[in-house]
Amino acid sequence: MQEFPKHPFRTHGGAPVPHHKNTWNAPSAVLPPPERVIIPMQQHIGAPCKPTVKKGDHVYVGQVVGDNDAFVCAPIHASVSGTVNSITKVLLTGGQMTEAVIIDSDGQMEPDPSIAPPPPIKSKKELADAARKAGLVGLGGAGFPAHVKLNVPDGKNIDTLIINVAECEPYVTSDHREALENGKNVLDGIYKVKEILDVHRVLIAVEDNKPDVIQKLTEIADDPQKDPKDEVRVLALKSRYPQGAEKVLVQACTGRKVAPGQLPADVGCLVMNIASVSFLASFMRTGMPLTLKRVTIDGSAIKNPQNVIVPIGTPIKDVVEFCGGYKSEPRKILMGGPMMGIAITSDELPILKQNNAILAFDAREAQQYETTACIRCGRCVAACPMELMPTKLEKATEKKDVEALQELDIMTCMECGCCAFSCPAGRRLVQAIRLGKSYVRKAGKK
Amino acid sequence: MEKLIVSSSPHFNGKKTTQNIMLDVIIGLTPAMIASVIIFGIRAAVVIITCIASCVLSEYISRRVMKRPQTVGDLSCVVTGILLALNLPVTINPLMAVFGSVAAIVVIKQMFGGIGQNFVNPALTARIILMNSFPAPMTHWTAAFDYSATADAVTTATPLSGMMYVNSPNSAPDYWQLFLGTHGGCLGETCALAIIIGGVYLIIRKVISPVIPVTYLATVAVFSALLGRDPLFDLLAGGLMLGAFFMATDYTTSPLYFRARIVFAIGCGVLTILIREFGSLPEGVSYSIVLMNIITPLIERYVKPRAFGKPKEKKGKGAA
Repeated sequence: MQEFPKHPFRTHGGAPVPHHKNTWNAPSAVLPPPERVIIPMQQHIGAPCKPTVKKGDHVYVGQVVGDNDAFVCAPIHASVSGTVNSITKVLLTGGQMTEAVIIDSDGQMEPDPSIAPPPPIKSKKELADAARKAGLVGLGGAGFPAHVKLNVPDGKNIDTLIINVAECEPYVTSDHREALENGKNVLDGIYKVKEILDVHRVLIAVEDNKPDVIQKLTEIADDPQKDPKDEVRVLALKSRYPQGAEKVLVQACTGRKVAPGQLPADVGCLVMNIASVSFLASFMRTGMPLTLKRVTIDGSAIKNPQNVIVPIGTPIKDVVEFCGGYKSEPRKILMGGPMMGIAITSDELPILKQNNAILAFDAREAQQYETTACIRCGRCVAACPMELMPTKLEKATEKKDVEALQELDIMTCMECGCCAFSCPAGRRLVQAIRLGKSYVRKAGKK
Repeated sequence: MEKLIVSSSPHFNGKKTTQNIMLDVIIGLTPAMIASVIIFGIRAAVVIITCIASCVLSEYISRRVMKRPQTVGDLSCVVTGILLALNLPVTINPLMAVFGSVAAIVVIKQMFGGIGQNFVNPALTARIILMNSFPAPMTHWTAAFDYSATADAVTTATPLSGMMYVNSPNSAPDYWQLFLGTHGGCLGETCALAIIIGGVYLIIRKVISPVIPVTYLATVAVFSALLGRDPLFDLLAGGLMLGAFFMATDYTTSPLYFRARIVFAIGCGVLTILIREFGSLPEGVSYSIVLMNIITPLIERYVKPRAFGKPKEKKGKGAA
């Protein structure tokens, strides 16, 4: 049997970001049915879905409205009951146009009558199929289809399941609330996945700035009936951004390093977000696919910051209104946390599956900082969890030197933002690295 | 609603800026400045102020002339001024100090592109330029200010040049005097105590990492012992303390990361002792640091950090 670490393993770099966890202490509110939802066909990494409904169709909650045969793709479901108003194109955060199904809600939230609890899941294959049917994607923010991850190739032996409750991004508390409100559900999901994948070591990784989560999950994980051999334990991580990044998390929990281009499965680990595993448990109980999402609404421009459970596709505007509206003019709205979140162009955009937070900042916090010359202080190098040299990557990007960029392992960068956060000269290192990556991709295509 | 700002993540930025780092360095240098005024009298203050003023002015004028954004505000020119002053003898002609400041800022720093672009440490290089331009005044050492005497300061040898030229192995050096700095030498290099206080402050404030100073000092001690010299004397004498804490740690001219920093600091230590033992100069700290500055890009080319999880590259061609 694998031993359980008493303390997390050392990880490289990171940044002492402020926590701003303002919303952890309040129970999540449930948003009343919105008037209209916008459901984009791209809410995951991979091939976009094609709409399976047409204008004027009546849809129920949980009914499939978009799907695609591609392997790396997750079906998309209606989150309200009502009538399909239209199928149009919307501009998403990445700057790409995507088809979207717009549904006018009838306010009934009537579930699809065909939804029934699925038969008990016995094999890995069935688990992956169920995850796909449920439309589950990585709810931690990446949006990688869960069935792809659960479909571990036969040759790879998974000995450790890691449940990600690190939640290292400032402000975001949706996983925190999930643990407190749905702890039992989380553990049910863990036991189920553990049994099916035949894993005998499960680590629930929580940053130590959430002592209540550690206490609560430790209490319910200590269940001699379901877990007689005590194979599910909570591991307190150091509160240092980015503990929740997959590779860093695997290292902190097991001491193993995932090589560039490899996946956690290559070192015997499977990482699942707490919200994903909890959702799997409720799907197995009810058969209701992913249509709701808990998001943290916070930031200096929000009147009543809190966690809200919203139907996927609800326009951000509606959720903000539910939170008392803006208390000051928002100048920057983020989808996700301040370190890796995406600044969006309008609050008319919908909440997506993988969203865990919407942050709206006023003029003071949205202010752009000044950029000065690099002084070669090495703070970015010391801060990089992937042990790269951001300042050299920036310089090679300026020169469009693809060879140098590859030699500096630019593709290993996960854009966590520690380098730019640490930079005393305020250099836009992550932005430069993103540009550099595009040069490398372009050169690779030629 | 007004148009929203759309920018690349991260949307948070740490509190450290170049300016407050430089301010910390100035605070770290303050004990050494105070010590120099106590040891050498008010003339030390005159030298320090002359160097700071001429460095700031040189920076301001050169940025204006080159029509570049003004960078006086980042305070790096003040740091250069202080470091240069601390590397000069108290009897220096102020005009020579001004000459050194102009060389440091205009020639070594601004002509190569300003802050972050110079390939050698400006203050140290200016000291070397002055040493070669005005050898006599630059090695005219004054004994510590004698508060009880009425006469002018007495000319003396620095402990290191004493050791070299007088060659009197019998007169054991007074370590306590070396530690407190009450002996001849440059303004800021004599009082090891003041420099260590400033250096520890910078380490605590995380302005510098202890890697370079500790490795540098350890190398000097070990190498000195190997050559049969007196390690404690080598550590305390000359500009070593000042060099190890404030010059070798200069961001721009030292390597970016741990492994290369170790190589850099060992190189500094070995060169320092080699120059002290075999060179015709009494002191090797300035040259050793400047030489290592020059090969910093080379060190970074050969001693590379390995990206997270990247397997070690296999050396050798195998069965060819």
